[in-house]
Amino acid sequence: MKYVDEFRDGELAKNIVSNIAREVDPKSVYRLMEFCGGHTHAISRYGLVDLLPANVRMIHGPGCPVCVLPVGRIDQAIRLAREQGVILCTYADTLRVPASNNLSLMRARAQGSDVRMVYSTQDVLKIAREHPDREVVFLAIGFETTTPPTAVAVKQAAFEDLKNFSILCDHVLTPAAMHAILKVSGGVALDGFVGPAHVSTIIGSKPYEPFAEDYGKPVVIAGFEPLDVMQAILMLIRQINAGRAVVENEFIRAVTREGNLKAQELVAEVFELRDTFEWRGLGSVPDSALKLRSKFAPFDAELKFNVEYVAVPDNKACECATILRGQKRPQECKIFGTVCTPENPVGSCMVSSEGACAAHYGYGRFREVA
Amino acid sequence: MCLAIPARIEELIVPCNAIVDLGGVRKEISLALVEDVVVGDYVIVHVGYALQKLDQEEALRTLELFAEMGALAELRAELGESAT
Ligand code: SF4
Repeated sequence: MKYVDEFRDGELAKNIVSNIAREVDPKSVYRLMEFCGGHTHAISRYGLVDLLPANVRMIHGPGCPVCVLPVGRIDQAIRLAREQGVILCTYADTLRVPASNNLSLMRARAQGSDVRMVYSTQDVLKIAREHPDREVVFLAIGFETTTPPTAVAVKQAAFEDLKNFSILCDHVLTPAAMHAILKVSGGVALDGFVGPAHVSTIIGSKPYEPFAEDYGKPVVIAGFEPLDVMQAILMLIRQINAGRAVVENEFIRAVTREGNLKAQELVAEVFELRDTFEWRGLGSVPDSALKLRSKFAPFDAELKFNVEYVAVPDNKACECATILRGQKRPQECKIFGTVCTPENPVGSCMVSSEGACAAHYGYGRFREVA
Repeated sequence: MCLAIPARIEELIVPCNAIVDLGGVRKEISLALVEDVVVGDYVIVHVGYALQKLDQEEALRTLELFAEMGALAELRAELGESAT
């Protein structure tokens, strides 16, 4: 595929790897956090860690959208589907996230609830049009990449006066989570960030500037392909070696400083900041998530059905919280790969291939024994 | 679900959709989030929407960046020289 294959080329990879090997200072340690779940996936799938010198360490950040949703948010959707008989639509990965009482949306479906997997918000609108007699709720999750498509759907529903469509809004914000990571008590020792790819196509590179300017952490926005991630790591190493901290953009083919203004305007028209939102691993983070503006209140499932969010603690054995904060690695969880597997996930990090535990299970777990 | 891929616009459909070629599979996507897209453009597709246009010149420049310095080529040249 054009614009994919070239960015996975083996020869070019060797060149970047040898540049990295030549430029790292053996006396330094480089602790780099990749924020985005897509990068976590690429790093595991292509074995990038094996190509890096031992003193360049990749730390997984909280950038996998299903991983950061607390149990209570899934519970809320399950309650809606079971108790109010709505058609509950959501993206595939969300279906398997473990919730309270040994449930997940998938298990709720097996027990008779009407839970449907959708590829796009357009599918949800279609279902709502086809079932005018049923309430159709979209469990809207994700970072800045999935928010604009939700905004489009809400505006379209308002335009069409689709009265049976509403959303449970769990959209969250990347820069707020990065701030939270840097403020984690006890601290996460970090020397730089690999900035997310597609989130940045929407928000641009500008929102990362405070991390460089105020916290002195270099940020390099990287595309999704393995060579993009390697090049971004090289660019971070160069900044760190030179004692610099600026925002650089490796994904220049799709990211500008200002981002996608049309998408940003749509989002601003439909959503506003929530005062606070609870994240798995990060706790309650102020101004870190979105809710519908009052103008769109009829489409807010939380108001329409009166389903409140109730906080629930994670499974005791699960280390997702510390993993999402970058403080532990998947293999440090006692039930990793034994009780908790992708077929039977105990925590959210084992669900999506972008989750740190699932990515490590799928591609990295034999490395330690080899 | 973060995964998003570059795809070529094959056909525009009114009012604001398009058919793209996703690795040989034709799929209809929404262009509601982008502007001035024409047939032949590449866009980043995610959850059924084009998120952003892909700048083909910048893509080439990035590939050149990957080859920069050519540390490996230099090394090979050195090794080659010392071997002769
Ligand atoms: S292995 Fe499973 S239980 Fe352990 S931290 Fe990962 S997701 Fe949680």
